[in-house]
Amino acid sequence: MRTDHRLIAFETIVTREVRRFTRIWMQTLVPPVITISLYFVIFGNLVGSRIGEMGGYQYMEFIVPGLIMMAVIQNSYSNVVSSFFSQKFQRSVEELLVAPIPNYVILAGFIAGGMARGLCVGLIVTVVSLFFADLGIHSLPITFSVVMLTSLVFSLGGFINAVFANNFDDISIIPTFVLTPLIYLGGVFYSIELLPPFWRVVSQLNPIFYMVNTFRYGILGTSDIDVAWAFAMLVLFIVLLYGVCIWLLRRGTGVRS
Amino acid sequence: MTVAIAVSQLEKRYASGTVALKGISLEVGQGDFFALLGPNGAGKSTFIGILSTLVTKTAGEVRVFGRDVDTHIYQTKLDLGVVPQEINFSQFEKVGDVVRTQAGYYGLPRKLAAARSEKYLKQLGLWDKRNERSRSLSGGMKRRMMIARALVHEPRLLILDEPTAGVDIELRRSMWDFLLEINRAGTTIILTTHYLEEAEQLCRNIAIIDEGRIIENTSMKKLLLELDTHAYVLDTDGPLAGDVAHEEAGLSLRKTDAHSIEAVLSGGRDINSAIAVLDGLGIRVASMRNKANRLEQLFLSRLRANGGGEG
Repeated sequence: MRTDHRLIAFETIVTREVRRFTRIWMQTLVPPVITISLYFVIFGNLVGSRIGEMGGYQYMEFIVPGLIMMAVIQNSYSNVVSSFFSQKFQRSVEELLVAPIPNYVILAGFIAGGMARGLCVGLIVTVVSLFFADLGIHSLPITFSVVMLTSLVFSLGGFINAVFANNFDDISIIPTFVLTPLIYLGGVFYSIELLPPFWRVVSQLNPIFYMVNTFRYGILGTSDIDVAWAFAMLVLFIVLLYGVCIWLLRRGTGVRS
Repeated sequence: MTVAIAVSQLEKRYASGTVALKGISLEVGQGDFFALLGPNGAGKSTFIGILSTLVTKTAGEVRVFGRDVDTHIYQTKLDLGVVPQEINFSQFEKVGDVVRTQAGYYGLPRKLAAARSEKYLKQLGLWDKRNERSRSLSGGMKRRMMIARALVHEPRLLILDEPTAGVDIELRRSMWDFLLEINRAGTTIILTTHYLEEAEQLCRNIAIIDEGRIIENTSMKKLLLELDTHAYVLDTDGPLAGDVAHEEAGLSLRKTDAHSIEAVLSGGRDINSAIAVLDGLGIRVASMRNKANRLEQLFLSRLRANGGGEG
């Protein structure tokens, strides 16, 4: 397939993905914004005003980066997993498989769609957060790059989940039983300095902890971890997950018989 | 004859252990309208799945327009248009979007994609439906939309897996006309169907597949010439008073109900001999029809000869 044809195919997949999540905006864009706004009101405003400072910042300021990251992670993941699985379920994935599109273009299209939704929801949540806290940006390059890479990681993760999913339960198991606990225990609402030494070590095994903290560093300039290590880990995850996705597509796992 | 498809010793064993294809070899000429017939579970859809790359073969070689599909996968896909048996498009997308999106998958620039989708949606009578959600289409419209989608990149080979299943007779005939037209324009077509009249009307060559093997592969003309026996149902213009039973060489008549008689002709006897006998008995024939499609009789006899089938 010629390069210009590959670009058109990629653009077509991304357009269809964006069209999908904007067509059902009441399911994809509004609920996460309402949920995160409730976090702002309840944890940030009502409870947070009694907590005082966390990590040297007002509690509301402390949790805002984590909540934005939570929205990005959940939406990047769920967009890809639900879109690719519903295409498998409706068999419309066959439209892609019979077309002369290289596997990496198919993958890139779905990942770009997942990132588009993750970043779109992240942006809306950021705008909403401005009603509750004065946000500055300590480092734009770090903030931007960590949110992009995190969105990419979880879009790839969503793709793998969708490949193996056989029913609608299978696409909610990982988000419910793995992602949500990891996010909640990933330092969104607290600094790990508050934890006993054992749980501090356990927290450091949670990859989301590094992503949240790096993003917080980009916005506030404060972090519990080494930012360079977090970026290295993100890149490693991307390489590994990308390799798995391409391998699965090449084998035709879940889509070819 | 330039070959559009050359399949050699094609085998497919599924993970479940089912062997769907047992070393099929087959050639389809360029420009042909080719029928692939067989009972349910014979291996037709597996064969088509392998051609369209949705099913991976276990062994054998498949060449499309001279190219090995294993080593020329992208060019092969460009040459193919596939209309599957099952509905396989997003039910939530608009009709126009489904067809345009498929054009984009094949690398057609936006303007060309729009022009092609307009062309084929118009030809298939769906242009008025372009802004409707595809799930709102009737069964026949959905099938036509899948044909428009398969043609949008103008493939050299169109594979139709039971394209008229569930489509009413009037619509089916208009689809036949359309398919004959694109075949005349140069598109090679492979058709699987359960409507044997459809295969007889449209196809020049035929293969019958049963239990994963090709049991017949010839031209439609030759196959039909082999048919020696014809059965007709003759409707009389009044109720039959007594029994009608007549046997002579090449002609058998029997009453099936108060108003109809079955005539079975063989050995070159034609229908006039049956009508002459009935005339002699004072029975006038008001109308008549084939008892069964000619190809159907052959199809069933081949399956019976193969030791199975639905006959």
